[in-house]
Amino acid sequence: MNPHEQQKLHSTRREFFGRTANGIGSAALASLLNRSTLAGERRPDPRTGGLPGIPHFAPKAKRVIALIQNGGPSHADLFDWKPKLAQMHGQPVPEEFVAGKRFSTMTGKPDGKLMLAPIEPFHQRGNSGAWVSDMLPYTASIADELTFLKGMHTDAVNHAPAISFLLSGAQIPGRPTLGSWMNYGLGSEVDDLPNFIVMTSVSKNTTCGQIFYDFYWGSGFLPSKHQGVKFRGSGDPVLYLSNPDGITREMRRGWLDNIARLNQMQLEEFGDPEIATRIAQYEMAFQMQASVPELTDLSDEPRAILDMYGPGVEEPGSFAHNCLMARRLAERGVSFTQLMHAGWDQHRSLTTEFYTQCRDTDQASAALVMDLKQRGMLDDTLVVWSGEFGRTPFIQGDINNRKQWGRDHHPYAYTTWMAGGGLKPGLSYGETDELAMNVASDGVHIHDLQATLLHLLGINHEELTYRFQGRQFRLTDVHGRVVQEILA
Amino acid sequence: MNSNFSITLLLFCFALSKPSVAEEPVDFARDIQPILAENCYFCHGPDAKQRASDLRLDIEEDAKQSIIAGDANSSELYSRIRSDDPDEQMPPPDSHRSLTPDQISLIQKWIDQGGKWGQHWAYKPIVKPVIEARNAIDFFVQQQLHQQGLEFSPIADRRTLLRRVSLDLTGLPPTVEQINTFLADTSPDAYQQMVERMLQSPAYGERMAWDWLDSARYADTNGYQGDNERTMWPWRDWVIGAFNDNLPFDQFSKWQIAGDLLTNPTEEQILATGFNRNHPINGEGGRIPEENRIDYVMDMTETTGTVWLSLTFNCCRCHDHKYDQLTQDDYYSLFAFFNQTPVTGAGGNAQTAPVLSVPDQPQRLQLAKLKNELSKFESEQKRLIGALNQKQNDWELAQTKQLQETDTWSVWHPESYSAQKADLAYSNDGSLLTSGANPANDNYELTGKSDLATIQAIRLETLKHASMTAGGLARSNSSNFVLTDFAAYLIEPGKPPTRLPFKKAQADYEQTGHGAQLAIDANAQSGWAVLAPDKNVQREREAIFSFEKPVTLSPNAKIKFVLKHESIYEKHNIGRLRISLTEQKNPTLAGDTKQLLAALQQPNDSRSPAQLKLIQQKHFESDTDYQTQATKIDSINSQIKTLAKGYPKVMVMADSPKLRKTYRLNRGSYEDPLNEVSMRVPEMLAALPENITPNRLALANWLFSVDNPLTPRVSINRIWAKFFNTGLVKTLEDFGVQGEPPSHPKLLDWLAAEYRDCGWDTKHMIRLILNSRTYRQSSHTSSHLLELDPDNRLLARASRFRIPSWMIRDYALASSGRLVRKIGGRPVNSYQPKGVWEEASFGKKTYRQDSGDALYRRSIYTFWRRIAAPTMIFDNADRMTCSVISYRTNTPLHALNTLNNTTYVEAARLLASSVLKEKLTDQETLDKIYQRIVTRLPREKEIPILLAGLAHDRQQFAANNDNVISFLGVGDSPVEPNLDPVELASWTNLCIAVLNLDESLTRQ
Repeated sequence: MNPHEQQKLHSTRREFFGRTANGIGSAALASLLNRSTLAGERRPDPRTGGLPGIPHFAPKAKRVIALIQNGGPSHADLFDWKPKLAQMHGQPVPEEFVAGKRFSTMTGKPDGKLMLAPIEPFHQRGNSGAWVSDMLPYTASIADELTFLKGMHTDAVNHAPAISFLLSGAQIPGRPTLGSWMNYGLGSEVDDLPNFIVMTSVSKNTTCGQIFYDFYWGSGFLPSKHQGVKFRGSGDPVLYLSNPDGITREMRRGWLDNIARLNQMQLEEFGDPEIATRIAQYEMAFQMQASVPELTDLSDEPRAILDMYGPGVEEPGSFAHNCLMARRLAERGVSFTQLMHAGWDQHRSLTTEFYTQCRDTDQASAALVMDLKQRGMLDDTLVVWSGEFGRTPFIQGDINNRKQWGRDHHPYAYTTWMAGGGLKPGLSYGETDELAMNVASDGVHIHDLQATLLHLLGINHEELTYRFQGRQFRLTDVHGRVVQEILA
Repeated sequence: MNSNFSITLLLFCFALSKPSVAEEPVDFARDIQPILAENCYFCHGPDAKQRASDLRLDIEEDAKQSIIAGDANSSELYSRIRSDDPDEQMPPPDSHRSLTPDQISLIQKWIDQGGKWGQHWAYKPIVKPVIEARNAIDFFVQQQLHQQGLEFSPIADRRTLLRRVSLDLTGLPPTVEQINTFLADTSPDAYQQMVERMLQSPAYGERMAWDWLDSARYADTNGYQGDNERTMWPWRDWVIGAFNDNLPFDQFSKWQIAGDLLTNPTEEQILATGFNRNHPINGEGGRIPEENRIDYVMDMTETTGTVWLSLTFNCCRCHDHKYDQLTQDDYYSLFAFFNQTPVTGAGGNAQTAPVLSVPDQPQRLQLAKLKNELSKFESEQKRLIGALNQKQNDWELAQTKQLQETDTWSVWHPESYSAQKADLAYSNDGSLLTSGANPANDNYELTGKSDLATIQAIRLETLKHASMTAGGLARSNSSNFVLTDFAAYLIEPGKPPTRLPFKKAQADYEQTGHGAQLAIDANAQSGWAVLAPDKNVQREREAIFSFEKPVTLSPNAKIKFVLKHESIYEKHNIGRLRISLTEQKNPTLAGDTKQLLAALQQPNDSRSPAQLKLIQQKHFESDTDYQTQATKIDSINSQIKTLAKGYPKVMVMADSPKLRKTYRLNRGSYEDPLNEVSMRVPEMLAALPENITPNRLALANWLFSVDNPLTPRVSINRIWAKFFNTGLVKTLEDFGVQGEPPSHPKLLDWLAAEYRDCGWDTKHMIRLILNSRTYRQSSHTSSHLLELDPDNRLLARASRFRIPSWMIRDYALASSGRLVRKIGGRPVNSYQPKGVWEEASFGKKTYRQDSGDALYRRSIYTFWRRIAAPTMIFDNADRMTCSVISYRTNTPLHALNTLNNTTYVEAARLLASSVLKEKLTDQETLDKIYQRIVTRLPREKEIPILLAGLAHDRQQFAANNDNVISFLGVGDSPVEPNLDPVELASWTNLCIAVLNLDESLTRQ
């Protein structure tokens, strides 16, 4: 029997005993031993490690690839075409659009700020006629595959709290993030790779100062095995993946077998199922040492595919590379891949670095969607492209100094796009007012987006909970509406 | 297997035949309230906003309306929970909550038995059960075991016990000497003595401190953007020391919460308050300071609530608690204690005031050295003073005579004088006074003759006058002046005025950056000014300007002086002045001389204290030996000052002098205040005593008052959990109604009372626990026990659990013999794969690995960067917010870490080296390695596996020398030169394997 199966057997046995214990004993014992079920610690499914009863219903998507665009891409320059904004270029913001709104201290009071027209032309795209700026030619070309949420809005006005909010449903760091909830609820189908993987990138020579905090993929109060594993852009993709210098794989195999034998003796003596888990854990580590290099070795990708993702695809640490890796991970059954690309914080760089940002992300994002599609994987893979907020339709900086044009953080409206499993493609859902300032109709709040994502994965967001500090916590707090209108 | 199985079956049947639930009295707090809390309180609980109807099931009077005592079937509560009519059914179908049949029948029984209410166990006063057993722990645990027909497991063998105690109390494996000592000790109290030795080890404080740092969210950086480095580690060292000194837990706590508010607090008591300044600081651009400040105060409030009360206050930021009787008002009333901080929330300074400077060890040594020198110089000076005092009279006489002979200044009386803007008035004493216009800048011209044959120097006196600001020297805001230019001209009839250049300028006082020399330089704006650090400008000052060449005036010649005030400081024009001339070369400043002469001429007994001081000072200064000594002392003092500037600054607590009002914040938002609240403790608990000023100290005292049952229960429960992996109350962080009731309520209360009554003596409590039979059991598990009690809540065996990652590292280093046993100090950077900080911070933070001993310090001294925690640590609290629970998970990533991390590979090599040096047989070598890692010898059946592995590696390494060299090159420490490389490499790889055995990673 291989160690893996052995562990499963033990878990099952433990499951069985866990259940039978409920039926016996006095009230005090029942009260004591039952507590673990009462206290919300449901025993995981032995095969996947997921929770019993989850998925709650048939999922539309099996995995998620999140393309998080840190910094707040400017919706008014990319997706949210407003002729009136162009007309009003250089005029002060009408008071009724910003009355009572709070902006970052960099803007302070918005009174008298001047409107700034989109910096490049927009066109309607494909059969769906979705508006996409010329800034994003590749995304524009696949508009019919995408579902645009043009009425996104959030609660937070600064980066770290807003990204935390997007990914964990709370502005304060320390709550479990989307990927860890998914890992906790659904468990993992892969044995030789982590099930929640994070890759970060940033455009070269950017002035951006946003940092990737590890709480962006933290598991909060969920057991830490559910936290995201960051694949690094340099060195071993996974920390400590390589054997020490001079130790061959064959030598390692030999000792792992020996360790397993010695641990097996220990298991027989102590009877502690944790020992079986340990045996499996070391075996999985060994598998991972083979599967990760195989994963990151792009030599089996045809030239045409590499070219599709664009320049930089062969440089580890680039967004294009990460997008291709995301597809490879999806192929291997990884449930949640979180890409984060920083540098969208155009306070003073709308006519400069903004172009670099678009160039470095546009082609690969579109390629990922189309590559998944041509492999038939887009049907059960969900791709989400989103910033943590949008940017002010009015200017930050001097209207007479085009070189330093910028826009400040804007939580009141922005655009997110999604593609794949269970969505209506080619749909633009929701609208902002005529200046792209506030949501006018069909707004989607962060918690709604989260509820919808979970729904597509077959999870009722109100029922994926974890008991902590005496309370059942969930990703969507006490909010969240599944946006039925965008579901296929 | 077979026999095990039949025993299981037998016991199973036995268990089934035990009296059923019905016959045992149902306890409201233990059995019923958790069900109600879980399923009903969301709508029928404390939160007024969520309450769907008037019915409250958390309050006895209300709840009783829905039950008829003794008759479940007629009770509304019971019929509602049994109903399947969607309109009737409770909880309603859309609540996603439901009761199990067991729970429904428990409620039925509870009502049938009379529906007796009871207070939530955690809030009940602690009553110490009276028992006569020798060990209360064993008494209560055994009592419960017997109820289940169980017995204690046998006592674990001595090696296991030694290793267990060593890990639990020091976080380190026992050394070979410790093993031998303990095994050789045949005295009846050998075990107790061993526990005692471990408790006295300095490693004890380091081990205990780790969990405390997790709860204090301790880190070496701010977190967030910028992630600035802070210097809070003296506080960390204080925690370690406090554990080692066994500082009573009440003192330990009170100092940390409110040490600054104690009467005449010591530096140590203030240092302790660093506890609540360990929270992250958000320096992100665009953040509103008040928003940050509120975040920080919330963090302090919730951390205090969790650490000492295990109440989940954070729920009440936004609304009343859903389950516990805690209101939003309660939250902000507790918040009010911490809201008195002077911190504004602005910026990301990692040493935001209030701070306390605490020297590190090298600085302490340096300071001691300097102070030692200082005292030597000072005693030498004392001796000199004694000698000088002997000669006082002689000196005075000589000095008086000399001064009388050398006062060579003669006052100059100008013939004409004018100012550009102000009026100038002449007095007979030769002085000129300004009045009238008080312009921003003004220039004066004075012209007149002199009787002196040759003039060597000019003296300019600035004099006080009542018409000046504060009776001082000028009519500026500060009464200071800036003389930007002073020039002299020779005027002879028929000739243009000739400038008379000065050689140097000196003054009896010069403001920093405003020396007298600047009045004769080329810069038109710089000049002489006299504002003293104490801002006092009421002292008269003088400057002397010496000519380059002596000036001879012909009888018709005149001399002209031009004084310019052209600084950027407005109205800084000299208010009253007088000029004197001298024929003496290199004259000295006269101010002191004049005063000195006046003092000397005064009869001894009528001199003022200032005059006495002046005479003495001048006398001493005239002595070269004294001067030398004084210079040395000044130099030491300035070195001490410079040293102090480099002391680490620990952020500490303080209250603003003015009371800050506190408001309940709507949904926790800083910009949406509701009603005002005052400092008080939650209403459901005993109030603060009357007649005291409510402040943090009052709060700290209240936590440890007899009226508060939570703190003793909460704190002893956490101590317990260190030794059994689970608390008697499993939810270490929540003692509210949603928390788990204690597995052994009486034991918990007995221990809590004992902890309180013994004076919060932590080591005493640990002795009690470790000396119990319960603790000393074997951790072997039978299938029966596993079936009956998988989580070991009944304690029919000892707990067996993976040691935390920080301990795994310390453990490996200790086994290798390379662990550096230095306590405290600045944090260190050990081995870490390249680029982790750089990637997390876009290259803004560069990881600089330390070298030498710093690589082998205990993990607690590792630099903790909040945005990228040390990679060698896994499964730990994230140190962002307070955490009192630890998770132990097993992922392949952990295995990769302990198999491949340089730390472990190098430790394995060092361990192998030190054993191989003894030149033993393979079997003996193996024995030594096993002893050092798992405290025991390898078993018969283990040896062939290990030796086969070794043989295989010998073969592999012998065939590939490059591999040997690379493998032995891992880590900074040099390779032992006198060992066969193939042997060393093979044994090293074996040691890696042994370090990774389940047994090595586990405390059992």
